[in-house]
Amino acid sequence: MSTLKPEINSQDHIQGDDSASITIVEFGDYQCPYCGDAYPIMKEIEETFGHQIKFIFRHFPLANAHEYAFPAAIAAEAAALQGKFWEMHDALYENQYRLNAELFDELAETIGLDLEQFQQDSASEEIKTIIEDNFDSGMRSGVNGTPSFYVNGTKFDGGAADLYQMLKESTE
Amino acid sequence: MLEKGATAPDFELNATPDQKIKLKDFKGKNVILAFYPADWSPVCSDQMALYNEMLKYFSKYDAQIFGVSVDSVWCHLAFEENRKLHFPLLADFEPKGAVSKAYGVYDEEVGESKRALFVIDKEGKIAWSYLSPVAVNPGADGILDALEELSKK
Repeated sequence: MSTLKPEINSQDHIQGDDSASITIVEFGDYQCPYCGDAYPIMKEIEETFGHQIKFIFRHFPLANAHEYAFPAAIAAEAAALQGKFWEMHDALYENQYRLNAELFDELAETIGLDLEQFQQDSASEEIKTIIEDNFDSGMRSGVNGTPSFYVNGTKFDGGAADLYQMLKESTE
Repeated sequence: MLEKGATAPDFELNATPDQKIKLKDFKGKNVILAFYPADWSPVCSDQMALYNEMLKYFSKYDAQIFGVSVDSVWCHLAFEENRKLHFPLLADFEPKGAVSKAYGVYDEEVGESKRALFVIDKEGKIAWSYLSPVAVNPGADGILDALEELSKK
């Protein structure tokens, strides 16, 4: 059974209640259509189960298959430096259908980032390292495609819809 | 299926119409063999596409990866081009499945290789092997653990 390595730490982007009993980690790629399909379901999961769940996103860009996956992950991390990781995360998935190289600056402006700072941060080595560390974590945790989900540290064999179903049954 | 400690059977398979790969030429390097049923499985969960993203991590452990299936070289070429794969896919095509059989991972009923992984050490001995259910992409954590173990020796 594959488990999450390393465990949740201060590097992670965490959404939801600290005291939540269920922790969900998604390894995702902003250009992957299956991740795009999973996005609204994850939102629904967060709404339905509220305080019971905590959601963490780690980057797993399939850079050879998806040319904008890595740049998109960079955009999310650059937004994180201005405290707006989740705003960029949402904007990327909501605009996945028109993902291209010009989109990142546009989204940065839409969510109210300091554009100059955003562009400067996007070029930094530190951000690249964060994404590579995320990818490394995915490989070691047994990620076998995107999206891959981990529930309380253990790999969940199924997609977002299966996850929703499982949570519904286990919280009833 | 061949297990840890066994000598990896040598083979000579085409990677392209005019390039053959001999296992024994890779003595002194770690080798990963990823047997899989067929080219052209769905994109984002495709095992070969996944390994394609990990090549620099494998080379850190001085390891070369080869995919092996019974598809022909021409099929492999088209698949590699379409998925932008940067590592060789070997055609276990004629006699069909002979190498898969030698490693004990040929499915006689469907006429395809099973989904199986081997990590072979620098002396040509199998250091780790794993048979995955056909429908399940096994990921790379097992491969990396085995390579890490070898690097400690």
